[in-house]
Amino acid sequence: MGLKIPKMRFKHIFLAVILLAVLTNGAFAAEEPKIDTGDTAWVLISTALVMLMIPAVGLFYGGMVRKKNALSTIMFSFAILALISVQWVLFGYSLAFGHDVAGVIGNLDWIGLNGVGQAPNADYAATIPSMAFMMFQAMFAVITVVLITGAFVERIKFSAFLVFSFLWATLVYDPVAHWVWGAGGWLRNMGTLDFAGGIVVHVSAGVSAVAIALVIGARKGFGKHTMEPHSIPLTVIGAMLLWFGWFGFNGGSAVASGGLAVNAFVVTNTGGAAAALTWMLLSWYHKKPSVLGTATGGIVGLAAVTPASGFVTPLAAIVIGSVAAVISYYAMLFRMKRNIDESLDVWACHGIGGAWGAIATGIFATTLVNPAGANGLLYGNSGLLVTQIIAVAVTWIYAFAVTFILAKVIDVTIGLRVGEEEEAVGLDVSQHAEKAYS
Amino acid sequence: MDIIKSIRNIIRFKHFFLAAILLAVLTDAAYAAETSKIDTGDTAWMLISSALVMLMIPAVGLFYGGMVRKKNALSTIMFSFIILALISVQWVLFGYTLAFGHDVGGVIGNLDWLGLNGVGQAPNADYAATIPALAFMAFQGMFAIITVALITGAFVERIKFSAFMVFALLWATLVYDPIAHWVWGTGGWLRGMGALDFAGGTVVHVSSGISALAIAFVIGARKGFGKQPMEPHNIPMSVLGAILLWFGWFGFNAGSAVASGGLAASAFVVTNTAAGAAALTWTLLSWYHKRPSVLGTATGAVVGLVAITPASGFVTPLAAIAIGAIAAVLSYYAMLFRMKRNVDESLDVWACHGIGGTWGAIATGIFATTLVNPAGANGLLYGNPAQLVIQIAAVGVTWIYAFVVTFILAKVIDATIGLRVGDDEEAVGLDISQHAEKAYA
Amino acid sequence: MKKIEAIIRPENLDGIRIALQEKGIIGMTVSEVQGRGRQKGVCLQWRAGEYCIEFLEKLKLDMIVDDKDVEPAIAAITQVAKTGRNGDGKIFIYPVEDVVRVSTGERGKEAI
Repeated sequence: MGLKIPKMRFKHIFLAVILLAVLTNGAFAAEEPKIDTGDTAWVLISTALVMLMIPAVGLFYGGMVRKKNALSTIMFSFAILALISVQWVLFGYSLAFGHDVAGVIGNLDWIGLNGVGQAPNADYAATIPSMAFMMFQAMFAVITVVLITGAFVERIKFSAFLVFSFLWATLVYDPVAHWVWGAGGWLRNMGTLDFAGGIVVHVSAGVSAVAIALVIGARKGFGKHTMEPHSIPLTVIGAMLLWFGWFGFNGGSAVASGGLAVNAFVVTNTGGAAAALTWMLLSWYHKKPSVLGTATGGIVGLAAVTPASGFVTPLAAIVIGSVAAVISYYAMLFRMKRNIDESLDVWACHGIGGAWGAIATGIFATTLVNPAGANGLLYGNSGLLVTQIIAVAVTWIYAFAVTFILAKVIDVTIGLRVGEEEEAVGLDVSQHAEKAYS
Repeated sequence: MDIIKSIRNIIRFKHFFLAAILLAVLTDAAYAAETSKIDTGDTAWMLISSALVMLMIPAVGLFYGGMVRKKNALSTIMFSFIILALISVQWVLFGYTLAFGHDVGGVIGNLDWLGLNGVGQAPNADYAATIPALAFMAFQGMFAIITVALITGAFVERIKFSAFMVFALLWATLVYDPIAHWVWGTGGWLRGMGALDFAGGTVVHVSSGISALAIAFVIGARKGFGKQPMEPHNIPMSVLGAILLWFGWFGFNAGSAVASGGLAASAFVVTNTAAGAAALTWTLLSWYHKRPSVLGTATGAVVGLVAITPASGFVTPLAAIAIGAIAAVLSYYAMLFRMKRNVDESLDVWACHGIGGTWGAIATGIFATTLVNPAGANGLLYGNPAQLVIQIAAVGVTWIYAFVVTFILAKVIDATIGLRVGDDEEAVGLDISQHAEKAYA
Repeated sequence: MKKIEAIIRPENLDGIRIALQEKGIIGMTVSEVQGRGRQKGVCLQWRAGEYCIEFLEKLKLDMIVDDKDVEPAIAAITQVAKTGRNGDGKIFIYPVEDVVRVSTGERGKEAI
């Protein structure tokens, strides 16, 4: 007995501990949708960072146009920030992330943010308020529309631009975001990897830019007159703020603070830097190391590393960034040779950069970086590469077709272009009755 | 055997029971110890929020700087920069203790925390239980600074720099610190009355907007005002300022939750939504009158941000759309009214911040709901009209106090140091006459 | 030798440069100027309401040409700059006494 009692005790204590472990686990399971202050802080600041990228695109583009169109170009980004912020709250979020309808679109359960509150939604991010996730995604929707504006600067009618932006966000962005990121989205189910929007943001914007550029036509004097960038420092400020904000864009896409966010942060910086260097060398090889080119290269690298940022190593990022710069550089020369006035090369930078990044994800991804991801070609899984190529191709086709039709319809009804005299005077005075500089 | 079994069972239960009690005790103890424990996530959020609000201060300088004539660009930017330096020191020395120190009669804090004495790394549960008291102090310091910086839009292009410095220091001490204490300080009388002001609609925007009007009356209009055009010299600079303001405002409002979590996320969302709604509304208003204005859209965004500020921790995103849109309409026509009355409150601090902040504080009394924030209150739409009355009273008191004290202060400075530069200095521009510098070569 | 001074709309600069080049006229000096004529000023927007600027931005081209090039130059400029509305600009012709090319010291027609 003297021996038995301690045994029983041990057994009981053991049982108690197990029971407790179970109970505690149960408690944790119940607590799983509990808000983590660190994760929430990181996603909130990331959201703010992505918000800053939106007007930064305006500055980036605004410096590259002629003085008489500076304000109008900056206005694009500002107006879209206001417009799509409201669209997203009213119904955009529900379309993109709401309960799935046949893999293609979200339903309208969350219209007006109905049911999107301070509690987490474990489908998307279990440790932050679902409102924080909603807002983070809102900034992605906004910036994607803003990126396209580089295609039609210096000649679009402001009213037509507003209508286009609103419809494009609804008809192109929201569905594509649902396919790739929405719970139940068909590309997501197929296994497509897009960490921070290479396909959803950059490919869709880049391809749509070509489509609308083809419809609206070239600027008056394109190819004959000089179209001088009026303030390269303004463009460089824009590029700097973009780089800065991209840490939120990619690092925040981990929707939590921790190892994966740090990996994405490091890969982002490395990819941007490698591309900026490569572009600088390319321009040097052709003529002189270009400042505007280096800034552009940085953006291209950041765009390319975006889909890969949560799946690849920093060394892979160097390759992804450098290759992106080379491809985009020659895509830009090709675009010019074809005499297409896709004015600020959204296609060459984002379309090509994003497509390469998405494909590179199929090559360089490794579950060593992100166990929730997949291995790519170099890690013995060629299936992922095929999936990535299909996802990119589908997005190219869908974005191009819908945007082309949308632009045609607007052109026929409202008219996409301003009159010749308005274009000659510049959009600042003709569309906004303002002058950028006195 | 049965007996033994039942004994065994009892013993088993006893152990379980003991273990459970022990655990409960341990857990309780852990929670008790945690009440004043620093949360790293909350602290990270408050530090970055403080930095975001800091960025808003020079952003006001850029926003205003782009709207003045070229010859006054530097002087206008300098206002916000020097206030950042001046009030940073004032706040550490005695501003914080006046605003947030131990209460004296509901009207002011005492001097216990002079020179930050006793304000350290441990949390102060009166204001924020999970972050260092220093972090709360720094966050509030940025609010004090930006409030003073906002006023500078009233007297650009004509104030004497020395008079401006004296005014800024005295205004922060005599107007900002008391009002902050009334509304936010423990024991403050407006707070005791139940006034809701999440992030400073009354404390920051109403107080600065009204004071701007008061000092504009004293200093008088710019030479040539109403006769010659006062062209904004660099609208992209103003837009850059507005961008950085919008960006920083996330820290301003969402940081005012003084913690990371659901309330911060909610404040973040309504902030962005109201800014969007107000900017859109302003675009449409200017379009209706002439053309969709870029400077107007940037202004509209700022007005929306102002109006949502007091409400940001209490209202839903749909309410934010209404608050932002109405704010834009009110401010737009307030601006036109100001121009028609020929008052040279040059950059419309009153119309944007005074009117926007007033509307936001009143709207809080209409749209607030405890569904968003159980620590808040319900507003008119949720069956509590009393809250609306309290909000109006708080705004009314702030209008009167800020206007009277600022008017007297400006008069005294004008009579002693002199508020205005000489005619020649004004004609040449403050950049050269006050700072011996030129903004652009 | 004559000096041709042309006030033009800023957006026509490149067109005029090309048209002049086709007539063999390459050199010119371009100045940003503000001026006022029958077109009068323009009203721009403030944040709410508007303000009016009474002088408009124009470009001034100065070029020295041989006498025989004067009419072709005028033709080239007007062909591009003429819209038929107020604000198309004006052309002034002055006689020129002499020209010096600084790099070589050439004088007169050689220096144009």
